[in-house]
Amino acid sequence: MSTSSTQPAATPEPLDIDVMHAPKIPFWRLVSVELRKMADTRAGLWLLITIGVLTAAIVVIFFFAADDSELTFYNFLGATTTPQGFLLPVLGILLVTSEWSQRTTLTTFTLEPSRTRIVAAKTAAAVAFGLVAIAVAVVVAWLAAFLGGTDDAFRDVGLEDFSRFALLQIIAIVWGLAFGLLFLNSPAAIVLYFVVPIAFNVLVSLVSWFQEAAPWIDLSTAQVPLFDTDPLVGEEWAQLAVSSLIWIVVPFVVGLLRVLRSEMK
Amino acid sequence: MIKVERLTKTYGGFTAVDDVSFVCQPGRVTGFLGPNGAGKTTTMRVMVGLTPATRGEVTIGGHHFRSIPNPGRHVGVLLDASAQHAGRNGREVLSLGARTMGLPDSRVDEMLALVSLSDDEAKRRVRNYSLGMRQRLGIAHALLGDPSVLILDEPANGLDPAGIRWMRGLLKSYADRGGTVLLSSHLLNEVELIADEMILIGRGKIVAQGDKQTLLAQHGPAATFVTSLENDRLAGVLRDRGVAVAPAGTGLRVEAAPVDVGRAAAENTIVLTDLRAAQEGLEDLFLALTSDTQRDARSEAGAPEGASA
Repeated sequence: MSTSSTQPAATPEPLDIDVMHAPKIPFWRLVSVELRKMADTRAGLWLLITIGVLTAAIVVIFFFAADDSELTFYNFLGATTTPQGFLLPVLGILLVTSEWSQRTTLTTFTLEPSRTRIVAAKTAAAVAFGLVAIAVAVVVAWLAAFLGGTDDAFRDVGLEDFSRFALLQIIAIVWGLAFGLLFLNSPAAIVLYFVVPIAFNVLVSLVSWFQEAAPWIDLSTAQVPLFDTDPLVGEEWAQLAVSSLIWIVVPFVVGLLRVLRSEMK
Repeated sequence: MIKVERLTKTYGGFTAVDDVSFVCQPGRVTGFLGPNGAGKTTTMRVMVGLTPATRGEVTIGGHHFRSIPNPGRHVGVLLDASAQHAGRNGREVLSLGARTMGLPDSRVDEMLALVSLSDDEAKRRVRNYSLGMRQRLGIAHALLGDPSVLILDEPANGLDPAGIRWMRGLLKSYADRGGTVLLSSHLLNEVELIADEMILIGRGKIVAQGDKQTLLAQHGPAATFVTSLENDRLAGVLRDRGVAVAPAGTGLRVEAAPVDVGRAAAENTIVLTDLRAAQEGLEDLFLALTSDTQRDARSEAGAPEGASA
């Protein structure tokens, strides 16, 4: 028999794509890709390293600068919120805007056409980074308190304190993410993220009408109780919710609509 | 297969794509040819769901792109080879795609080998890639998911002649295995070399489609170069029959098929020394079909009157 038997003349049939058996891309995979995107560029990697190094550095500085009696686990942990509070929002912003400035949305949105899922994956990745940041802070603060803290360095520290700090950092990173979505441009989002709340804070402190409403409309004022050791009361939670709605949820939703409607060029 | 049905896309008062319909068959390489700004990219962007259509629709394998789960496994897309994060290395770009689609990392190595990017090059950042290397990376990315349909916008842009030959072989064998390929270009030569079918688009409208022979038969002007011992008499005879004749070199250029010119000469016993069809080629056809839609048509000699502002 001839091995090169002629193939039956195949009439080209429309190759219908079988979508019944094709699973969607699982959400966890989208999140893992978003996490990886943050660490696989030099800029992203250095930002992550900087956050880690500054977290450790501030603890060391506090160790030498503060009174011996203040060297408690809680105070060490509290010190880390400053550098993290500055840098985590930048991470949140870049998580979104780097795709737009580098035009990788062309690839991202052809591999997963649901833009809502991509934004959700980026948000989940941002929250994950926030949690990791607070975990690093806890470990560094614990080490410092263990090695050089006061004798009762771990007094009065509970789960509630951890969750308050975690909430603070997650608010910061999601706030950045929301501004990133709103402006879709790294420099604009970063500058406005830092300038607008400060300008608003100044306005609030100058205008008397605003002063009373401040905890409701100014997120940084509403966050103040989170730095306190006392648990938040009902009104403080409400103020935090309302000001977060104004500063985070509204920009996030407007930004999401912008992403859904815009053409990716 | 790709099916474009009565697709229209307008931006305000500007119509980028105007009632366009065509089909890309499996097993064929379809070339999408037109001058810059003719609507090729817009059409392709609508195909993959990045741009919403104003009217009409595009289906791929019977579905809208956006409703295909994990579309990278079915449709390979390269819209802009430069749209990659400059700070990522080539391998990482492919790894992100492979991860998203749920493919093993070994697939990345296979694709790098397929497009002849060495280990060394794959470790370099995309910032340091030449356009040709970016195109190779982009083609590797499009092929990652082993798709049955390929949509490539200007993939030959930046490739050297050897690269174009390589891509031609790659796409031919891909189509021979039953794949559907749509590639766009503003350069006729590229498409002529690679594509089985051609779709010519100008100012948002399809001006011609078919394979090379069909296009030439339908639109190619039947012209002949003829030289005889009595050119003047032959010209007179032909003009009497209502055929346009112009001197060309040592002979004549006649706007008629060679057989008609030969017959006229035979009937009048004029001795021909040379008779051949004018090889206008697709280039002239392309320019003629799109001349009134080209930016610089007005400055070009021989532009049709319709090109007036």
